[in-house]
Amino acid sequence: MSLLKYESQLREPLVEGEKNYHQITEDICRPIETRPGKLWYIGFTIAVCLLCFGIYSVYREVVYGTGQWNLNKTVGWGWDITNFVWWIGIGHAGTLISAILLLFRQGWRCGVNRAAEAMTIFAVICAGQFPIFHMGRVWMAFFVLPYPNTRGSLWPNFSSPLMWDVFAVSTYFTVSLLFWYVGLLPDLGTLRDRARTKFRKMFYGVASFGWNGSTKHWQRHESLALVLAGISTPLVLSVHTIVSFDFATSIVPGWHTTIFPPYFVAGAIFSGFAMVQSLLIVTRKVLNLEDYITVGHIEAMNKVIVLTGSIVGCAYLTELFVAWYSQNQYENWAFFQNRANLFSPYGWAYYGMMFCNVVSPQLFWSRKLRRNIAFTFFMSVLINVGMWFERFVIIVTSVYRDYLPSSWSTYYSPTIWEIGFYLGTFGLFFTCYFLFAKFFPVIAVAEIKAILKTSGVNYKAKMTEIEKMDTEKFYVEEVEHAH
Amino acid sequence: MSVKKFVVGCFDDEKVLFPAVKQVRKAGYKIHDVYTPFPIHGLDHAIGIRETSIHTAGFIFGITGTSTALGFMGWIFTKDWPLNIGGKPHFPLPAFIPITFEMTVLFAAVGMTLTFCYLCQLSPFLKRHHFHPRATDDLFVMVIECTEKSNETEVAAFLQSNGAIEVNVQEAETGWWLGTYDKQQKLYRPEEVGY
Repeated sequence: MSLLKYESQLREPLVEGEKNYHQITEDICRPIETRPGKLWYIGFTIAVCLLCFGIYSVYREVVYGTGQWNLNKTVGWGWDITNFVWWIGIGHAGTLISAILLLFRQGWRCGVNRAAEAMTIFAVICAGQFPIFHMGRVWMAFFVLPYPNTRGSLWPNFSSPLMWDVFAVSTYFTVSLLFWYVGLLPDLGTLRDRARTKFRKMFYGVASFGWNGSTKHWQRHESLALVLAGISTPLVLSVHTIVSFDFATSIVPGWHTTIFPPYFVAGAIFSGFAMVQSLLIVTRKVLNLEDYITVGHIEAMNKVIVLTGSIVGCAYLTELFVAWYSQNQYENWAFFQNRANLFSPYGWAYYGMMFCNVVSPQLFWSRKLRRNIAFTFFMSVLINVGMWFERFVIIVTSVYRDYLPSSWSTYYSPTIWEIGFYLGTFGLFFTCYFLFAKFFPVIAVAEIKAILKTSGVNYKAKMTEIEKMDTEKFYVEEVEHAH
Repeated sequence: MSVKKFVVGCFDDEKVLFPAVKQVRKAGYKIHDVYTPFPIHGLDHAIGIRETSIHTAGFIFGITGTSTALGFMGWIFTKDWPLNIGGKPHFPLPAFIPITFEMTVLFAAVGMTLTFCYLCQLSPFLKRHHFHPRATDDLFVMVIECTEKSNETEVAAFLQSNGAIEVNVQEAETGWWLGTYDKQQKLYRPEEVGY
């Protein structure tokens, strides 16, 4: 990370155990080169079963139409758009870790960035399914693309937030994929050079693009990673901003608020970090990577969770205040009757959201709880449930009772095929993640090696001698440029 | 490209590598490249290669994206098929900003990545000579190109005296090739280079 081979001992080590460069390669590549354990097969089978159920649910929707779902006259966006926003939000943590924390020079990102970026890509793939199948006639999905067509060359409306979404989500997916794969190249090179079987030699030989670790290549690689991080940072903020525009640019009470973009972005990072926690707590245990994803990493992510959770809490309260302060009767109705009233049909969802997202993360102010792995895992699941409720509350409670009481809908609850579609995306997500964990390094091998001599626990122990050195000697011996 | 002769020296510590690079350059030997398992800051300057300007390519691709998006949407809504959308102007700049921004990022990212692959000549199915299989694991591999004047044994001894833990001489194709045969039509055997 820096030119100095010195880091204060006050900072917690990021790599535990007596490691050297070769040991790092061994530890991270071993799970890929050995047969997966029983747990992997069980998990993978469950994921594939869920995926199959999802495919069947989508098949019903495509063949019989959106009537397979319980969407009705006023609730035109139900579980499908809720799930879209939920999944796309989850993706945001990966980009935050890989891009924003790279710009902030946070060393701890090296242990978690590869898995988090993979999670981003799979989450965006899952998110993309919902608006596509929500179209109803999915075979017409290409109508959103701006190409010279036979409809008089009738173009899509570029002033529409839904069109912005098409561009934002597809750009986000492409850029995340590139960023992830460029980072993977050196590690795939490592796997290729270690490969013993014919299949692995062929597979990693092709996948690594012939990477050989040349100094010039590394120089360009670092420059590319920095610029990609620089442009991914505004990109990730723009994606959820644009998703929030889908709601905020409308005139529906409860949606028409200027607070939406920052509120959505904070919520996205909040739920994304919770998902990263759920995945990595299991991954580090199953693949024996506790030395690289330490309790320190988990604590750092919990700090982000408590920060973004508090921002989200502030946004909820601000919304309520502004709804009252505006003295607009529709706004008042949406917030105080449809949402915050515990005895309204969806009051349970609102208070579930408040509890999971605002109250429970406050427990992370305690250092002891931040460093408790079982508690963190429980909280990460709770937060994801809460963030799903948030999207459900925003979407459904704003539309199920609109301006005209005669068209108020009956209580909206999903059909089995709507639930099946959602479970199917879980299947898709975990199938992808299990395959990723089997065939690709879940930790960035090269990046861990680069921080080893400043943040490895065995090297940190030697820092005491450096601290006693006088400045002149330190400069000559410990600063690489001085040679 | 062509087949050349190289002296390959392997180091296991970057602290030894840096003074060795300096000594090798001082002695006037030509460093072909140094292969490392992770980026080592300052090594590029130490072996005397210039700063990369790949970010300039990123900027050029970025503004190409900006002008493509604005130009395309402007042409469609003012010339090709003007639509009245809520009585708004035909060229509503604020409403075009999101797509313009996304296209800027998309062009910059895709363009830069392709430029990176082109400059480094990285692509699936390309074959390349790898000097040492542990160069992607834990060794820093310095490769010195031999000329007619240089004496391999002398260079090898020089590397050894500067801390190389393993030294050998290799004849290798410097460019890439496709398939099982290299450019000299010599049968390429993967196990020879630990591929």
